[in-house]
Amino acid sequence: MVDLTLSINTDLAREILTGFIRSEITRVGLTHAVVGLSGGLDSALSCALAVEALGAENVLAVRMPYKASSRDSLDHAQLLIDQLGIQSKTIEITDMVEPLFKLHPDISKMRMGNIMARERMIVLFDQSEVFKALVIGTSNKTEILLGYSTHYGDSASAMNPIGDLYKTQVRQLSRALNIPAPIIDKPPSADLWEGQTDEGELGFTYEQVDKLLYLLVDQRYSPQEAVEVGFDEKFVSAVTARIRRNQFKRMQPPIAKISNRTIGYDFLYLRDWGT
Amino acid sequence: MYFFILTTPIKGMTLESRNSHGKIRRMKLNLALAQINTKLGDVDANLAKHLDYIKQAKERKTDLLVFPELSLTGYVLQDLVASVAHKPTEDDPIFKHLLKESHDLDLVIGFVDEDSRHRFYIASAYLSGGKVLHVHHKIYLPTYGLFDEGRFFAWGDKIRAFDTRFGRVGMLICEDFWHASPPYLLWLDGADIMIFSSASPGRGLNDKEKLESARWVERVTKAYASMFTSFVAHANRVGYEDGLHFWGGATLFDPNGEEIAIGPYNEEAITFAQMDLNQLRRTRARLPLLRDERTSLVQKEMERILSRG
Repeated sequence: MVDLTLSINTDLAREILTGFIRSEITRVGLTHAVVGLSGGLDSALSCALAVEALGAENVLAVRMPYKASSRDSLDHAQLLIDQLGIQSKTIEITDMVEPLFKLHPDISKMRMGNIMARERMIVLFDQSEVFKALVIGTSNKTEILLGYSTHYGDSASAMNPIGDLYKTQVRQLSRALNIPAPIIDKPPSADLWEGQTDEGELGFTYEQVDKLLYLLVDQRYSPQEAVEVGFDEKFVSAVTARIRRNQFKRMQPPIAKISNRTIGYDFLYLRDWGT
Repeated sequence: MYFFILTTPIKGMTLESRNSHGKIRRMKLNLALAQINTKLGDVDANLAKHLDYIKQAKERKTDLLVFPELSLTGYVLQDLVASVAHKPTEDDPIFKHLLKESHDLDLVIGFVDEDSRHRFYIASAYLSGGKVLHVHHKIYLPTYGLFDEGRFFAWGDKIRAFDTRFGRVGMLICEDFWHASPPYLLWLDGADIMIFSSASPGRGLNDKEKLESARWVERVTKAYASMFTSFVAHANRVGYEDGLHFWGGATLFDPNGEEIAIGPYNEEAITFAQMDLNQLRRTRARLPLLRDERTSLVQKEMERILSRG
């Protein structure tokens, strides 16, 4: 049986990920990064990595509360801002999203959550223009695989340093970077409505699902092999269905091919082309 | 400079018997391994970096300077391949500078080679005394996992050692030495110095000190030096291309399989190391693996295995 602790060498992870941030920003002639700081762990880690990569003076943290956001979220974001000594802005999104909510009296929590996530994306990319910065992504590997994000919302960024780290590994690396304990210890939440938690909504814990994802994705176990090593069959099929169903969130929209050379199929260049 | 003038030839040394440069021999070779970052698709910018490293190497009296795989072009070239290809000739606007420099020190350069029928190869050129002594075309193009080389490049089909002023050398590129047969064939073809170059993307982070990919490459290069009682030098690039990260960590192992030099990880560097070529003789006197290699048995068994149908 493979090692399922998912433990990583945090010194090496830090070196590679900060190098990545520095490389992607400086090669396009910039020096700054902007991070949406939710008060949660993922954005705290991305922000701390950006500070280590670029220096505190080159990172802008943006807090974007909605009127129903928990006070803890704002406070925890502030804890990190103070600890890292970075510039910050607080831009409340309530007045931006409320007019849209009011047009639809029967709007669901899910729709409201998606609208808020996309509004924050708009604010962040706008601030990136003001600050002459790139937006640093804050989605981890677990949520990308499970599709636990808003398409073109929190999943949108210019680069993502933590997208190949499972949530369990995000926690481990966050401890190594001295992220404040209240941020590490609290239950993960998108904080789109009161009392929402990731694990409550997903129906399983990150610790459970990370082990399974590691086997299915990194170790290329078949679902049947995962069951054979002790994972519950229903859990395995729910997770594999989620991975497949959310593939669209991990891709650019497909372009219908009619010419000889089509973007995405046979017009192939890295983003770092020429740099 | 380390010159050693031999008045009588050393008998029984492959290196000696294949030498065509008279009796003046350097028995010590000052090697430099350049682990550079590159600009993807910007050959002029990469050439400028080569010339800068060549200058540094010359200041340290380097005899042989090795650059990584695709050092003139960058690695994930995809549709850039045709636009970055060059021929290693005197009239080529890029190679003419490198050939000129090769009067002062020998160079191994990574580039995209284009043949007369417009097939493109991942290539390493060995330049010395203003001439191209050898060009190796990568023979194993990884097309799995994160790799897609077979889609964009032609497969090389030759594994050849060649003579240099330091003895007989063999060159391989990255995936070539993930297979055991190319180093083995070079060894049988007389190579005492193996020069490996890579653009190896880092992968497999766990709780170990090094990435899985780095540990694997170091393990096999050390093993080849040990099993073939030869020098094995490896130059690997650094930097990032999109999310890929290249880890550096240039190495030189001696014919005892001992690590002579190791470069830093994840940063540009030039690693200087001296190869005492007499070590080949001392090691092989103690451990005659080359003498005892049963090549006709290998041939017989290969014929049997391949003819099984």
